[in-house]
Amino acid sequence: MKTAPPFSLPRRRFVQGLALGATGLGLGLTSAQLLARQGHTGAPTLTGDTFHLTLGGADVNITGKTRPATTINGIVPGPTLRWREGDTVTLKVTNLLPETSSIHWHGLLLPFEMDGVPGLSFDGIKPGETFTYRFPIKQNGTYWYHSHSGFQEQTGLYGSIIIDPKNPEPHAADRDQVIVLSDWSDEDPNHIFATLKKLSHYYNFNERTVFDTLRDFRHKGVIQTLKDRHMWNTMRMSDRDLADVTGYTYTYLMNGQSPNGNWTCQFNPGERLRLRFINASAMTFFDIRIPGLDMTVIAMDGQPVKPVPFHEVRLGVAETLDVIVEPKANQAYTLFAQSIDRSGFARGTLTPDPAMAAPVPEMDPPPLLGHTEMGMGAMQHGDGHAGMDHDSITMSSMDHGQMDHGQMNHNMDGTNHADAVPFAEDPDNPDLPPRNSATEHAATEYGPGVDMRAMAPGAMLADPGIGLRDRGWKVLTYADMETEDGPPDSLHPDREIVLHLTGNMSRYMWSFNGIPFADAVPLELYHNERVRITLVNDTMMTHPIHLHGLWSDLEVGNGKLLRKHTVTVKPGEKLSYLVRADTLGRWAYHCHLLYHMDAGMFREVRVVDAPTDGDHSHHGTHGEDA
Amino acid sequence: MMKTSTFLLSALTAMTVATPAWSMSEHPPRFSKVLVDQLELRDSDEGTVLGWDANAWYGGDLNKLYLSTEGERLMDPEHHDEDASTESAETRLAWSHAFAPYWDWQLGWRRDWQPDNPNRDWASLGIQGLAPYWFELDGQLFLGEDNLSELRLEAEYELMLSQRLALVPEVEASFYGKDDDDLGIGDGLVAIESGLRLRYEIRRELAPYIGVHWEKQYGDTADRTRAAGGDPEEASLVAGIHFWF
Repeated sequence: MKTAPPFSLPRRRFVQGLALGATGLGLGLTSAQLLARQGHTGAPTLTGDTFHLTLGGADVNITGKTRPATTINGIVPGPTLRWREGDTVTLKVTNLLPETSSIHWHGLLLPFEMDGVPGLSFDGIKPGETFTYRFPIKQNGTYWYHSHSGFQEQTGLYGSIIIDPKNPEPHAADRDQVIVLSDWSDEDPNHIFATLKKLSHYYNFNERTVFDTLRDFRHKGVIQTLKDRHMWNTMRMSDRDLADVTGYTYTYLMNGQSPNGNWTCQFNPGERLRLRFINASAMTFFDIRIPGLDMTVIAMDGQPVKPVPFHEVRLGVAETLDVIVEPKANQAYTLFAQSIDRSGFARGTLTPDPAMAAPVPEMDPPPLLGHTEMGMGAMQHGDGHAGMDHDSITMSSMDHGQMDHGQMNHNMDGTNHADAVPFAEDPDNPDLPPRNSATEHAATEYGPGVDMRAMAPGAMLADPGIGLRDRGWKVLTYADMETEDGPPDSLHPDREIVLHLTGNMSRYMWSFNGIPFADAVPLELYHNERVRITLVNDTMMTHPIHLHGLWSDLEVGNGKLLRKHTVTVKPGEKLSYLVRADTLGRWAYHCHLLYHMDAGMFREVRVVDAPTDGDHSHHGTHGEDA
Repeated sequence: MMKTSTFLLSALTAMTVATPAWSMSEHPPRFSKVLVDQLELRDSDEGTVLGWDANAWYGGDLNKLYLSTEGERLMDPEHHDEDASTESAETRLAWSHAFAPYWDWQLGWRRDWQPDNPNRDWASLGIQGLAPYWFELDGQLFLGEDNLSELRLEAEYELMLSQRLALVPEVEASFYGKDDDDLGIGDGLVAIESGLRLRYEIRRELAPYIGVHWEKQYGDTADRTRAAGGDPEEASLVAGIHFWF
């Protein structure tokens, strides 16, 4: 691990900027001290069971402009925390920011008071105060931590967590490297949010032009082009709307380094490297690959999975992925992570020699949203359809706008699970209306806050997603993975909660079931019950949905589960996961796209003691005082 | 009368206040936007005319306070006997409520300022939104003193030529339910205004443009204008700026 990374000028400036800012706040870190503490990641690793973290402000220079950032111990990303399974850790977090702050330990199983969500777990950490977190470590793997206050996560309050297992690591590696991906903007995040409310397509510079239409006239013919466009135009949606916030304002970072900074990790050929990818961005899905090098996944969201070799993966916001790579040749490799909308990329280098770098691939052309994303019927893309002309399946039946609704639901309601269990109903909670099917749209989904409803959402776990279909190489999907050693918990839930992911793109409103957090009632789970949560994505965006404090055991089919803390749901997709409500308390449940969360795609989940009338779980209802 | 437009612009500006930071445990945020859709010089027969069309809102996702203003002022009269202060302006203050994904209804009050003529007050009821095929529509019904009524329908479209260059056609028609003799307006279709502007977005928030503006009166209104020695039809070249914040 002792190597001198080649500091390029941008990186040196970045570090100096941080150090100066930190000194200005009296943290006393000089740039020399910072450099001395820098590991590969650009962030020092702190070990032990007691930690002092200071949340503060500092000036950083990532794009050439000096801008204020929020920092942990004076740096962005914050220090890597290395814990041991079985320890009880104590974290004293001091807030030197002029506003309330917090740290949430993402993916950790802990008492809810330690979860770090202001308003649910505690009151937040007021300016000048220190909050002491203390909790036992009951798991191992790769996780991360971040602020859960305001937009501080966007401005730098995030860092990585590595928990070493109690038992010997089955995937021993010669080198162990955290790779934190994030998105940086020189804009104030409050301004970004306000801008999205005023003009939601502000950051999209890949909109359709009249010349695209003329080109389509030539290639597809006038009639076909008009047919293809008809539904989009009728729905007032853009098939080019892949990301709300784009490379227009974002610089994508790898371990805090811009693409020019070229974060670099040195290796010796023949070594076994464990790369721990963490998507710590506010809004960006990254498509990650290392041209010329196969990866093998060994864990996702910190949880070990049966190893699967692959070439490319889309990592959702807040997800983590551990892979093994074994570069044999004496050559450099580029770590390439392009954003889902292809408006920019993060980049770094794996190299045996700091003087060597590898070519950086061209970004792919931006994909077009299609039939599948419209929720007009999910198709299993991927290996079986490698030769299929994507354009033709994408748009050819777009004019079936009047398709029989009920019939489509019935035919296309693809499910991965065998057990039919009652839908949770609660007359006092509009999230839990009586349902005939999971894909049925509740009355709350009809209103100004919901601009579309998927007509035929279905199973899409094996679909790599927009822009990654028909790649010609292996793209890792949820369907490829299962938790190592088989299902970690029961496959049989007691009842099922259905939530539709909803929004209005142009008003920039986001919600569950058409109900924003401000108007919602907490969802109640009974202590120790096993509940199935089914999500139906009625929007054209991909949403990473994160349940705090409890595992989300994704039903990947054939009796297999994939244990996760954050589940990415593609447009038009319906998926289910099982949750064991084994920890009492108040938990946050939300879309991990920062501005979606703030716009209202958020719920409180309360784990409460079950009512004492006994057989509640098979009535499919709760909340009555019987 | 220049004071009117100055007042309106400062009122629009005053509506933008700093957006408070919001964490999910606090109240939903309110936002504001000021859009100066058109601020332009028109090369008309009477001379150079300053024309404007602007609006602003403040509020949450579903309910907003909405203020709009439009009007024109003769800047540089061709004939010295004409009054340089000739300006007509109207402003509308409304409560705007989202009732469908792409549609708001608006209930409010409109005031017109006319040179040498009585100002008019109107109650307004309208619908604004985005129709299929991306047409921005605005329909307003105005009910005024002396049983005056006006129906005004507007449509606008943005044709993107590149990621920053847009061709923006718009058309507006006005109908009166009854003659307004003071203003020389007859009932029925009063006038159709249309424009075609080519706009370049230096940033999304700032776009200079050039274009044409055409206005034609119809029916009784056109006859009255002709009788008064005026021309019921006018076309002019325009150059201006579109901006918002």
